[in-house]
Amino acid sequence: MDRDSCVGSGACALFEPAFFDQSEEDGLVLPRVREAEPEALPALRAAASRCPARAISVVPLDGHDGPAGGARDRTD
Amino acid sequence: MTQSFEIPIDKRRNVLDPVPELREISARTPLFRPPGGMPHWIVTDRELVRQILADDERFSSMPPPEQDGRKPDPHPGSLLQTDGAVHARLRRLVAPMFTVRQMKTLEPMMVRIVAERLDVLERAGQPADLMRYFARPVSGLILAEILGLPRDDLSELSRLGDHRASGHSPRRHSATSEYVGHFRKLVAAERRNPGEGLAGALIREHGNAVSDEEIAGICESIANGSIENTAETIALGTLALLCHPEQMTLLRERPELMDRAVEELLRHVSVVAAVSPRTALVDVAIGGEVIKAGEVVSCSVFAANRCPYGEGDGDADGNGDSGGGGSADGLDIAREPANHLALGYGVHFCLGAALARLQMRVAFTGLLERFPNLRLGAGVEELRFRVLAPQFGVETLPVLW
Repeated sequence: MDRDSCVGSGACALFEPAFFDQSEEDGLVLPRVREAEPEALPALRAAASRCPARAISVVPLDGHDGPAGGARDRTD
Repeated sequence: MTQSFEIPIDKRRNVLDPVPELREISARTPLFRPPGGMPHWIVTDRELVRQILADDERFSSMPPPEQDGRKPDPHPGSLLQTDGAVHARLRRLVAPMFTVRQMKTLEPMMVRIVAERLDVLERAGQPADLMRYFARPVSGLILAEILGLPRDDLSELSRLGDHRASGHSPRRHSATSEYVGHFRKLVAAERRNPGEGLAGALIREHGNAVSDEEIAGICESIANGSIENTAETIALGTLALLCHPEQMTLLRERPELMDRAVEELLRHVSVVAAVSPRTALVDVAIGGEVIKAGEVVSCSVFAANRCPYGEGDGDADGNGDSGGGGSADGLDIAREPANHLALGYGVHFCLGAALARLQMRVAFTGLLERFPNLRLGAGVEELRFRVLAPQFGVETLPVLW
């Protein structure tokens, strides 16, 4: 999640509240989980494509490329 | 349609739908130069609209110079007509007040206001004007609570809002300055005695780090972006459901579809037909054309929201579980929420998105529960629409129950 790009739209927190939240300080995105299981990929991809600020990327964990990999936040 | 020559193609509608000319042109080309020369370009392609709205380094949101070359008046505190760091600072002052969670805490207030207005609508007798007795007051009263405005201010703001929505230029200008003046007075009073509303909260938290002019500009941006837009979306969303009785029935039978219905109605009615114009800062090659530095681009959110949806764009092609309404832009409240652009895109994405969504949810839920037999109180052809206002709308919406 790129908090520099985030505009606090809340699209992620609204549609995928299990994974995303918004800070009370600045309204910007906060991850609810450090890493996600592969089952979460469709939801995370949907959140990434829905983000109006393009602030969410889904990237594989190091050494776990491909569909078996989890997802993590790129920068905090 | 004798007036159709004066109305830009991207603002014309057949009731709620794009006119065939707009569909044709957007099927043929992602962007085009409209007759009349201003804006220089209209963009209708969804992906191109996203690219431009996400590219705030090459496209400015500052207002373009007037036709006579005069520079527009500066708008301190404006969330729409500012760029870069100036905009980011303002946005971050208020973003924490509009989070999904923050809005959730306001839900009981919204439920109370919706119930009050349903009582008023019911007492008005049939057919009653849903716009006058319900949609506009619900949106206005909720915003008044958030900004800490006295209820009495609303009728004045609504009058000025009507003038601002008129095509008459001098009246529009004077109404705009009166509108801003109204918020300056509010902020001056809040500075002496900060209240519970947004202006008071900004003063308590940020003191003199934010100027009165800026707070007034912020409040004005929020009121401007909220009152009419939400009122029209509630009214036209209701109209869309009334025009698609099978969708209305589905929503009554499966209230758990409400969140999807809200997204679909936002997309379908797209009351803001085009977001505020962008000006190219450099030459930009895009969609097979070159937008020259200084040219003004209008992004037609309405056209973009109504073109066929492809993979990865949300399932807008009838694979939703409603089993019907499979046309590319037909109303289908059960579809997987589309990545629509009704609330904008990029850094200027609607600040009040969570507010608008929750408010629609509460309003439609209340309306459907109160009136199990809600129907239109006039022929669709008798309805009069506001096509030249900043947001598309309906003058009156008579309903029976």
